[in-house]
Amino acid sequence: MKASRIGPWIAVTLGALYFLVPLIGTFEFSLRMRRGTYSFDAYRIVLGDPNFQASFLYSVVLALATIVVGTLLVVPTAYWVQLRLPKLRPLVEFVTLLPLVIPAIVIVFGYLRLYNSQSILPLTDSSRGTDLLLTFGYVTLALPYLYRSVDTGLRAIDVRTLTEAAESLGASWSTILFKVIFPNIRSAILSGAFLTFAIVIGEFTFASLLNRPAFGPYLQLVGANRAYEPAALAIIAFVVTWACMGLIQVFGAARGPTQPK
Amino acid sequence: MAAGTIAISKPARRPSGSALAWIGVAPFFLFATLFLILPTAFLIIGAFQDADGHFTLVNLTDLSQPTILAAYKISLEISAASALGGALIGFALAHAAVSGGLPAWIRPTLMTFSGVASNFAGVPLAFAFLATLGRTGLVTWALMQWFGFSLYATGFNLLNFFGLTLTYLYFQIPLMVLILTPALDGLKREWREAASTLGASRGQYWRWVVLPVLWPSLLGSTLLLFANSFGAVATAYALTGSSLNIVTILLYAQIRGDVLHNQNLGYALALGMIIITGVSNVAYIWLRGRAERWSR
Repeated sequence: MKASRIGPWIAVTLGALYFLVPLIGTFEFSLRMRRGTYSFDAYRIVLGDPNFQASFLYSVVLALATIVVGTLLVVPTAYWVQLRLPKLRPLVEFVTLLPLVIPAIVIVFGYLRLYNSQSILPLTDSSRGTDLLLTFGYVTLALPYLYRSVDTGLRAIDVRTLTEAAESLGASWSTILFKVIFPNIRSAILSGAFLTFAIVIGEFTFASLLNRPAFGPYLQLVGANRAYEPAALAIIAFVVTWACMGLIQVFGAARGPTQPK
Repeated sequence: MAAGTIAISKPARRPSGSALAWIGVAPFFLFATLFLILPTAFLIIGAFQDADGHFTLVNLTDLSQPTILAAYKISLEISAASALGGALIGFALAHAAVSGGLPAWIRPTLMTFSGVASNFAGVPLAFAFLATLGRTGLVTWALMQWFGFSLYATGFNLLNFFGLTLTYLYFQIPLMVLILTPALDGLKREWREAASTLGASRGQYWRWVVLPVLWPSLLGSTLLLFANSFGAVATAYALTGSSLNIVTILLYAQIRGDVLHNQNLGYALALGMIIITGVSNVAYIWLRGRAERWSR
């Protein structure tokens, strides 16, 4: 029953081809803007486009807001469930998984009906209100990943002992949370944060249906109207995603061995 | 896991402990109610109402209109094809990396790349495939130039069922690799050795050891992939505009401009999607519970 290595090599080679060829194809295409020669013209045009800068900046700010709100929501909840309400864990876990069950387009459809100008909470009436709604929507989308990451981080440390030690030294709840728990699960929070960033930065459905000038709708607009710029944008988006995943590995590795599985 | 962590008896808490304990999770449940439960409930209730708010089942029966049925059908087909394809290829890749006896660098490379590719979805993914397999794409051009083979003469089109499935595989395969690798790690070396010692062939080892252990993971992951592509909007929209009638694009158009000329029918359309992704996700969660038995 000696395993032959030809099969695995074929699988990995074909897989690598399927994943690399579109990247090479996109990169090659993005260089073709100037007739007869390769150039970075498409990148220069894209990066110099005020709409690119504005929408990218908008999405970066939105991603940071999502990370802050999401972390402040998820960490205390996961900490509290672990420490005081372990019976509630299955319910909380189920709720955090719901955004995977309910498609994003359905959730935003609900927002548009529930928070429109005729409702008691007319968030979509103003730009700021819609930005807030979009942030909350992104927190919802990020919930499954953020919660799982933080929960894994909390399970790897001894929450009870840390809390009791801090309590016996007279620490308040906010001190325990921000000076004891947060630093101890820093790598888990950062992993969740970078993943959230990668999800939010190019998100299309929420931003487009809520009519906000985010990077996702900008991408779609350029795609519908231009030839070479979309390819350059795809490469840029890939690099951003890669950077986020790379940072997760960097920060995850710092505490890697202490995390189960 | 349950047996090992019996809680150490707590020191006496402040009297208001239990009421206070619930306040700790109140923000989370308030958030979930406002931005997850209520918006969804609003649509579900709306699906059972007519324009005046009276109870009706007409919206659900109206889903049988040819356009809507066709949208559901092609969405289901694309999701099924990309889930099955993604699951099979992802399984082959993960298995090759975990127990294929390949050089050690293959596995971390594959995992990192899968993390990136499974998140490289949405609009940029559509651009990448257009630049590669579109009419002027690199592969289309190379096939013509080097082999005199015209891809588009064969009826290939990136903007139909086959094209969209091929594009979706770009995030489905890596997702499968990510979900399945831990399960494959759970296949203990001793089982293989025991089977081998007892004279089992490779086929018998797979039939009687690997598949019985892995089937909940395999089936569960396939269902997750299915739901994943069923709810996808951005890639399809950027790739095909509104030329391909899949259910997410129909719903997008309905939200934008009430193309069905009936708000409540739109809610029913959303309800149908929730049911489909809900059933496959609940089955996934149940199967994952079964799969975890082996990894204890």
